[in-house]
Amino acid sequence: MDIEAAKKLIVEQLEKKSKSKSKFYLKDFYAFLPDEKPRTVKNLVNDMVAQGILEYWSSGSTTMIGLKGTGKQAAAEDEA
Amino acid sequence: MAKHKTPLLDQLESGPWPSFVSDIKQHAEVRAKNTQKVNYQIPVDVCDDILGILELSFKHGRTHWKHGGIVGVFGYGGGVIGRYCDVPEMFPGVAHFHTLRINQPAGKFYKTEYLRQLCDLWDMRGSGVTNMHGSTGDIILLGTQTAQLEEIFFELTHNMNQDLGGSGSNLRTPSDCIGQARCEYACYDTQALCHFLTNQYQDELHRPAFPYKFKFKLDGCPNCCVASIARADMSFIGTWKDDIKVDQAAVKGYVGGEFKSNAGAHSGRNWGPFDIQKEVIGLCPTGCMKYEGGKLSINNRECTRCMHCINVMPRALRIGDERGLSIFVGAKAPILDGAQMGSLLVPFVPVEEPYEEITEVIEAVWDWWMEEGKNRERLGELIKRQGFQKMLEVTNIAPVPQHVQEPRHNPYIFWKEDEVEGGWSGDINEFRKHHQR
Ligand code: SF4
Ligand code: SF4
Repeated sequence: MDIEAAKKLIVEQLEKKSKSKSKFYLKDFYAFLPDEKPRTVKNLVNDMVAQGILEYWSSGSTTMIGLKGTGKQAAAEDEA
Repeated sequence: MAKHKTPLLDQLESGPWPSFVSDIKQHAEVRAKNTQKVNYQIPVDVCDDILGILELSFKHGRTHWKHGGIVGVFGYGGGVIGRYCDVPEMFPGVAHFHTLRINQPAGKFYKTEYLRQLCDLWDMRGSGVTNMHGSTGDIILLGTQTAQLEEIFFELTHNMNQDLGGSGSNLRTPSDCIGQARCEYACYDTQALCHFLTNQYQDELHRPAFPYKFKFKLDGCPNCCVASIARADMSFIGTWKDDIKVDQAAVKGYVGGEFKSNAGAHSGRNWGPFDIQKEVIGLCPTGCMKYEGGKLSINNRECTRCMHCINVMPRALRIGDERGLSIFVGAKAPILDGAQMGSLLVPFVPVEEPYEEITEVIEAVWDWWMEEGKNRERLGELIKRQGFQKMLEVTNIAPVPQHVQEPRHNPYIFWKEDEVEGGWSGDINEFRKHHQR
């Protein structure tokens, strides 16, 4: 897998959907890269979070992932 | 003088048990007086505001917490749960009220010195309110603000040798019973295995890896003190293969009243003289024990290691010597289909470093669940959806009699066409003509 190309593809897919949705399940990322093993995609997604491209959102029981800076932001999370 | 009037909460203090309301009130007062001169980093009246917001929720009959958030510490996708209140102008002390999960040490052994350090840190940078321990065993620190998270994380990891636990779609903090440290029933070293799994799967513990949460729990024997069989996606329960060791003289000691049954645990009331027939033999779930002519005999091939007889007469009966563990999969508290107990996957595996026989099973199960599990589907639900047979296939485990709870009870062992000589040659429509559904 070309890592840079895969990252680009993930960002493009998320941007495309960003009008309707800002947070995604890990499984949605598997669908972006159907030829890769879930474990590989998981590691890539977690790396992208560490690099500041994506960010986690956690309810405590489930985790969702989105493009950093889209949707409601940490600074504004405490606003209604 | 309390900041908020809380008549509904006050009522909770009237019962016979200690109340969290009294505890929080007490801590609110401690914070207000601050005789220890703590350099509080979040509002001093956070505890007053917890009581205030709770009272309001009681009054309105709905929560005023907003659950979840982006907040966390760098590099981790778990261990912090964002929480905010939806009435911050009324209760500014709890405008942010994030939870931190702290990975408890295996067996929950820590020194008072450690607890003091932790509480000092939490008094300064959080509300001071803790939950010892959460259902995953973690030490739960309840209520701090976003700016404190990295500070607390730094202090924990650099000065206290302490990590955060799991949350979200991560591996949750593995949790174990006290095991061989204190308990003679332990069939394996639960703490060693718990510590090993915690280290081995750090990535899964700290970063989301799965469709949903995944829990490991480890019990040293079938007494299941951490209730692994009822609430872990994968439970590791100690067991033995050979015979229960019997000390006939000690059995006589129990019968003669020399030793108290259950090590004296039921001595608060007079239950009359010990009756081995009624209290042990008659309660053996498999009916595999006899007491005749002053001698106890056990048909060990029928014994399911339920622990009952050993619990009642611990001086006379001991676990066998050929020890290991059984692996169960798929337990969960009620979500979709009601509560579900774990199903036996591996009847016996010796517990030896580097635990390869165990990690092989874990990773095969994860591969399957990561691939096939739906969003927010626990392993137990996937097993139900795709069948236990599929679980056996992905883990490469051959069906054995122990997988069957009782005849005709477990409909998950089916024949496949290539396993049947001649395959499926019958015509279903022809068959249905003569046999209604
Ligand atoms: S589960 Fe068994 S080994 Fe572990 S503490 Fe309880 S009785 Fe002892
Ligand atoms: S452990 Fe349970 S099943 Fe086995 S002999 Fe004792 S009471 Fe019976």
